[in-house]
Amino acid sequence: MTVESTAARKPRRSSGTKRAAGAASAAKAPAAKAAATAQNAEPQLVQLLTPEGERVSAADNPDAAEFLSFVEDITTEDLRGLYRDMVLTRRFDGEATALQRQGELGLWASLLGQEAAQIGSGRALRDDDYVFPTYREHGVAWCRGVDPTNLLGMFRGVNHGGWDPNTNNFHLYTIVIGSQTLHATGYAMGVAKDGADSAVIAYFGDGASSQGDVAEAFTFSAVYNSPVVFFCQNNQWAISEPTERQMRVPLYQRAQGFGFPGVRVDGNDVLACLAVTRWALARARAGEGPTLVEAFTYRMGAHTTSDDPTKYRRDEETQAWEAKDPILRLKTYLLASGGADEAFFESLEAESEALGKRVREVVRAMPDPDTMAIFENVYADGHALVDEERAQFAAYLASFEEGH
Amino acid sequence: MAVEKMSIAKALNESLRKALEQDPKVLIMGEDVGKLGGVFRITDGLQKDFGEERVIDTPLAESGIVGTAIGLALRGYRPVVEIQFDGFVFPAYDQIVTQLAKMHARALGKVKMPVVVRIPYAGGIGAVEHHSESPEALFAHVPGLKVVSPSNASDAYWMLQQAILSDDPVIFFEPKRRYWDKGEVDTDAIPGELHKARVAREGSDITLAAYGPMVKVCLEAAAAAAEEGKSVEVVDLRSMSPIDFDGLQVSVEKTRRLVVVHEAPVFLGTGAEIAARITERCFYHLEAPVLRVGGFHAPYPPARLEDEYLPGLDRVLDAVDRSLAY
Ligand SMILES: Cc1ncc(C[n+]2csc(CCOP(=O)(O)OP(=O)(O)O)c2C)c(N)n1
Repeated sequence: MTVESTAARKPRRSSGTKRAAGAASAAKAPAAKAAATAQNAEPQLVQLLTPEGERVSAADNPDAAEFLSFVEDITTEDLRGLYRDMVLTRRFDGEATALQRQGELGLWASLLGQEAAQIGSGRALRDDDYVFPTYREHGVAWCRGVDPTNLLGMFRGVNHGGWDPNTNNFHLYTIVIGSQTLHATGYAMGVAKDGADSAVIAYFGDGASSQGDVAEAFTFSAVYNSPVVFFCQNNQWAISEPTERQMRVPLYQRAQGFGFPGVRVDGNDVLACLAVTRWALARARAGEGPTLVEAFTYRMGAHTTSDDPTKYRRDEETQAWEAKDPILRLKTYLLASGGADEAFFESLEAESEALGKRVREVVRAMPDPDTMAIFENVYADGHALVDEERAQFAAYLASFEEGH
Repeated sequence: MAVEKMSIAKALNESLRKALEQDPKVLIMGEDVGKLGGVFRITDGLQKDFGEERVIDTPLAESGIVGTAIGLALRGYRPVVEIQFDGFVFPAYDQIVTQLAKMHARALGKVKMPVVVRIPYAGGIGAVEHHSESPEALFAHVPGLKVVSPSNASDAYWMLQQAILSDDPVIFFEPKRRYWDKGEVDTDAIPGELHKARVAREGSDITLAAYGPMVKVCLEAAAAAAEEGKSVEVVDLRSMSPIDFDGLQVSVEKTRRLVVVHEAPVFLGTGAEIAARITERCFYHLEAPVLRVGGFHAPYPPARLEDEYLPGLDRVLDAVDRSLAY
């Protein structure tokens, strides 16, 4: 019996401390080999909207029942909103990829395929919640109200961030893998100390889960019972390395060893991502501590525009995931259920065009920073050495103007 | 034929290939080093030819990469680990500084640590944050580590061989913006010593000392200065720990002037150490203070500013003029 077959008859959640009995039986499963198979197998997921665009009812899937209650209030209009978010995010992303190809951006990390995971989780957040993203959370940024063009500065090479994290409670992108999970945990510790009921969410990849920082974040958040949701987008790859190079048991199960629940959700199902994230945030707000959400999804494009996935990835795999496209399935549902008509999709197409145009224009007009910006904001209080070097460099630059 | 023209990237690849062939204890480890052949393709084709047991894709964990390499070395292996980019060595910095560097001393010399940590470093490729840094001084400052950086294909080929053969840990900094520069490599040659400086261009008026990516800039500066009638000697230091002060001293006693050039911030950098030592050794020969050209006390800037930030020809020539003006 594999771990997966054990898990299949239970709720998808691995047990936290409250479910110690379940944890004990799962722990008895034969270790490495069987677990490795389970990791590779198509896992059971919390799913509320199938790839064919059909809603899952509590009767179809008892495991989904608990989560369904978290999206009971979602209206058809809300669904159209989620659809719009995903479409516009994809359009923005596609535009950025094109701009990179045209030499306007130095690099781009595409979110193609991960729209549901990002929009579903992003729309679960409250304004006073705080987000710690990696470098690929363009959809979450969208949900936070960050102007998408602000995200492009660092990829164009004009800044290292480009927005004030406190304006939208959306922290700067973090490139060093996993670092931000500790920042999120610390922030959540602060939230708890303040007695506030907001929550914190940290995004990271399946590859990042191998970093020591992530394990330390799990430890701290568990020990301090911090209101943080760890939202891992398992997009199956860390550049060229498949998830089997990072772990031998399904990722969501790891939470159990740290003493908090983990759940695996269909990352291409925006409704399920919304429901599961709301559930995890509710736990955080209620003082029940951290949760690990593993959004099982797929990176449809290259890792970044510098990457060549043909070196390590088979076309068949990508094609199989195309059938699970997060946007298509919601469209199918909206059409079939009468939730949206052609006019809706057409007006969205126009909006999409307008967004693309704006992004192109803003990027092309983005000026290079002033040279002296090198010396700006190195210290909050100022620093004699920086002042000296700034003056020397200014004099050096001025010498050209005089000399020629 | 043993002499072949190849890029630095290819030379490193050939060097790793040779090391894998010659010693079954040599292992390559790192993120994406297998099928992908590394993000810079330095390990291209090696996993295909030597298998997954010798060329190992690791989990995405730098502390883990270096920490396990230490264990493998204790077991008699010679791991050559790749850190994907300069800015990502820091999760491993703890293992490198607190463990790798000190193991030999702590074990009363009974344990050897033949671990090579390869790091593509420095700027000039238009990258985002953490992909352009020059942290060599942070490693050179640590007793127990050796720190080197090749500037050309031949050195890339031979210095990596020598680093792998060394029983001490070697931090091997690869100038990533030079990966595609080609040069001749004599694969049958008897290479020079790993830590010896090399006179890359002879001159009599002033010495420029550099390593890694800045050697090329200094050679270009020397050529430009020659047109103005100035004879500039360029010394490629090749090693930042140890530094070949004897070799540099010979050059400075001849030219009586020294400018040290590196991309890393000048403050408390390798140039500071060189200035201090050369001043001590050559005080009566020097016609001018030792000058330094390098990075500012500021984070490496966004890509659109890196051309201004990086020492280029003009800044090097400016320093040459300032030195000659004394
Ligand atoms: C500490 C560190 N090591 C290496 C890298 C280089 N790198 C950037 S992204 C990446 C893969 C990340 O994979 P994953 O965590 O699964 O996230 P994904 O990019 O797939 O969303 C690597 C190795 C890095 N940014 N930081």
